[in-house]
Amino acid sequence: MSSNDLHTQGLTQLARGLENGGFTAVELVTALLDRVEAHDTELNAFITVTADTALQAAERADAERNKGETGVLNGLPLVHKDIFCTRGVLTTCGSRMLENFVSPYDATVVERLAGAGAVMLGKTNMDEFAMGSSNETSYFGPVKNPWDLTCSPGGSSGGSAASVAARIAPAATGTDTGGSIRQPAALTGTTGLKPTYGRVSRYGMIAFASSLDQAGVITRSAEDAALLLGVMAGFDVRDSTSIDHPVPDYLAGLGESLQGLRVGIVRQHFDAGLDAATGNAVRDALAVLEAQGASLTEVDLPNLDLSVPTYYVVAPAECSSNLSRFDGIRFGHRAGNPEDLLDMYCRSRGEGFGAEVKRRILTGTYVLSAGYYDAYYLKAQQVRQLIADDFREAFADVDVIAGPTAPAPAFRLGDKTDDPITMYLNDIYTIGANLAGLPGISIPCGFASELPVGLHLVGPHFGEEQLLRTAHQYQLQTDWHTRCPEGYA
Amino acid sequence: MSAAWEVVIGLEIHTQLATQSKIFSGASTAYGAAPNTQACLVDLGYPGVLPVLNEEVVRMACKFGLAVNATVAPRSVFARKNYFYPDLPKGYQISQYELPIVEHGELFITDEAGKEKRIGITRAHLEEDAGKSVHEGLDRHSGIDLNRAGTPLLEIVSEPDLRSAKEAVAYMRKIHTIVRYLGISDGNMQEGSFRCDANVSVRPRGQDTFGTRTEIKNLNSFRFVERAINFEIERQIDVLEDGGEVVQETRLYDSGRDETRSMRSKEEANDYRYFPDPDLLPVEISEEFIDGVRDTLPELPDDKRHRFIDDYGVKQDDAAILTASRALADYFEAAVAASEAKPQVVANWVIGDLSGALNKEGLEIEACRIPAEDLAGLIKRIQDNTISGKIAKEVFEAMWAGEGTADAVIEARGLKQITDSSAIEAIVDKVIADNPGQAEEYRAGKEKLIGFFVGQVMKETGGKANPGQVNAILRSKLK
Repeated sequence: MSSNDLHTQGLTQLARGLENGGFTAVELVTALLDRVEAHDTELNAFITVTADTALQAAERADAERNKGETGVLNGLPLVHKDIFCTRGVLTTCGSRMLENFVSPYDATVVERLAGAGAVMLGKTNMDEFAMGSSNETSYFGPVKNPWDLTCSPGGSSGGSAASVAARIAPAATGTDTGGSIRQPAALTGTTGLKPTYGRVSRYGMIAFASSLDQAGVITRSAEDAALLLGVMAGFDVRDSTSIDHPVPDYLAGLGESLQGLRVGIVRQHFDAGLDAATGNAVRDALAVLEAQGASLTEVDLPNLDLSVPTYYVVAPAECSSNLSRFDGIRFGHRAGNPEDLLDMYCRSRGEGFGAEVKRRILTGTYVLSAGYYDAYYLKAQQVRQLIADDFREAFADVDVIAGPTAPAPAFRLGDKTDDPITMYLNDIYTIGANLAGLPGISIPCGFASELPVGLHLVGPHFGEEQLLRTAHQYQLQTDWHTRCPEGYA
Repeated sequence: MSAAWEVVIGLEIHTQLATQSKIFSGASTAYGAAPNTQACLVDLGYPGVLPVLNEEVVRMACKFGLAVNATVAPRSVFARKNYFYPDLPKGYQISQYELPIVEHGELFITDEAGKEKRIGITRAHLEEDAGKSVHEGLDRHSGIDLNRAGTPLLEIVSEPDLRSAKEAVAYMRKIHTIVRYLGISDGNMQEGSFRCDANVSVRPRGQDTFGTRTEIKNLNSFRFVERAINFEIERQIDVLEDGGEVVQETRLYDSGRDETRSMRSKEEANDYRYFPDPDLLPVEISEEFIDGVRDTLPELPDDKRHRFIDDYGVKQDDAAILTASRALADYFEAAVAASEAKPQVVANWVIGDLSGALNKEGLEIEACRIPAEDLAGLIKRIQDNTISGKIAKEVFEAMWAGEGTADAVIEARGLKQITDSSAIEAIVDKVIADNPGQAEEYRAGKEKLIGFFVGQVMKETGGKANPGQVNAILRSKLK
């Protein structure tokens, strides 16, 4: 295969090519850096391109391979969402606040992937501090959806999703607090996996809402996601909320058939809020699963309609506290010539944060205030428990729950920016998994108005193997995940 | 203080726990390093970092809970206390709020009437310390030193059971003794390892409800606690007797002026927006863990004091002094064991000359220059009449000055007591011959003069004659 089409291949395929000596890591990385050059002006998927260090890392990878010492990801390129701290590299979190912040350390995710030989091409654009569903809250401007440059790629991991969809990177890391991996994956026709809360370390991942944040991946296939998850997952002593649970070989079980798989369908997922064409694509996907031997059962999640309001109490509460450290004192933006301490705080934060971040800090501060805590925060935590209980009961009868990832395909940039509530409702199907700490995956399952549609699968805690297997088996029967937006082939 | 008013005091004592590393990071807690050299990324609150609980602090809090007969919570929760301050890196302090690790404890103090009094301990919770703002010597700038940020603290909150400044000090001393016995804090007040906030109110005697309280912040010596509280009591009584009302507020004690000053009122108080820290799991403590900690508890001060009284026959007050520090008590016991003397005799030496010498140089018993075995050696030489009690004081001085053991000093300085009666007789004869007038008066019945003659003999012998022998020989020769 010539180096002209290396960008068309997914991770697993590239790994084989490197192994067979068909091309070198340097050739691969060079080809992809050319793709960045060619396409990122229109997409704005990158905040930082680390061309020099990428080429150096590729050289090292080639040298190691020649010596026969290869990690499982040796020489494989990927991009990191700019929420992950990367030593010596700008780490902005999509915010003016961290416009000039160079992290002095690597996040565990970054460290583990690099340790396995992966090569970072750059850092991807995102909604500011991961707060947004369209990538429009980024200080560095919105990312364009490669399927239609007037549309949003979704968010907050919009840059990661767009770069994978546009064949710039074979894989990307992302983070998902309410759907920030799965919704952009759905809107860009990519595969997006959010693991179980605690499966992947949060150390070095700039916190938005600590009890909901989880790192994951955006790839071209479930198989590629399985390859990466195997490297990223596992207990980390630096993250007390990471769970000491064995990491299975996620690739090993992918080949098993779906015979006997019990798939749960939630009726509310298909009600009036769902775009008709999107609904049709998802129903077709369910039929494919059924044809592969899966059985479909209706399950009830009675408190699901409370998930968006619950989320918008819990997440802002945690964010209001997590973002207090951005005070202009030790790092990040500091306002010029402050009159006094209060002025320095007010203007540093006022200038450093964008409107959506401020909205959530204010909401969070309010719900934690004396006199409101019980009515909002405490109540939301109770509802959260009910939602988690609903899922647990549902998983007594089914192995996975399937439905749409987002209520509609990609929307036009600017369409929802004036109405935060409509924007928040874009995550209506994904937020439940975050509140309950469950793993979820979005895979391409068709098109609506010529834009990709995502099928959402949610599993019980540590059910990643089952999700990846289901997704992989589906992808063996369908080719939606191989579709490429025009102009990016 | 007016008899018409009753004082109500509760203390919040902040004890720095003596761990090697910080409560949520691996940085060192050693005091006195150059600014910001002992603060890692976690202490600095860098983006993306996470706290990891130091298990040792749990063990220490558990020890304290057991020592004050408290409940150690099977499940406690860290919460975030949110406020902005430059020396608070994350914009929140990790503390415990609704579910502290220790609850419902008690200890006993001796009140002003000399009676034992129970003081309730509401709770003790773990938290991290903040850093330090530096305002001096930086030319109109403020500096921040984050070495202290993340240092583990145990905040011990008493019930409002204290009724005077003296009781408050007695309680604080008792806590100080306990944490040092347990080895969970060095209790160093100059370095800020042990400090307290005092909640003070007064009410008309006989009234059930509490008066409005004020909180005096950051008192870092026993003397300041007593003076600040007494000032505050007088101030509140003056306000009330003038028909005014006490305002609920936070006050600062100015030791230079010996007064408290308003810092901020209740209205200006922060809303800390406490909520459980989602970065940390609840602390779950098993019965086995508690039993394991219980097995490591040392003998506690009250038990030791009673044992000293019962087993050694030491006077009550002396037993209290000896057990005020575990090291002093250990020293005493080692000296008793080595000396074979009556424990009260040893106690007199330890509380008297030894403590005097230590105090003069501002030393703690840990820095004592005379090992317990050597003090015992000195006491032995008194017991076996090698030296007199008076000479012993000289020997002690020499030992303190580093001249060696009692035997070495006695030998080097030739201080061995003269017990040879013929030698003493010769000197007695000389003294009587030299003072015929006084001898005459004695014989005429002025027996008080025996002291004069003993003194003269001792002077002649350089104090080395056995006083008992001298006395007897004098009396027989002066008949």
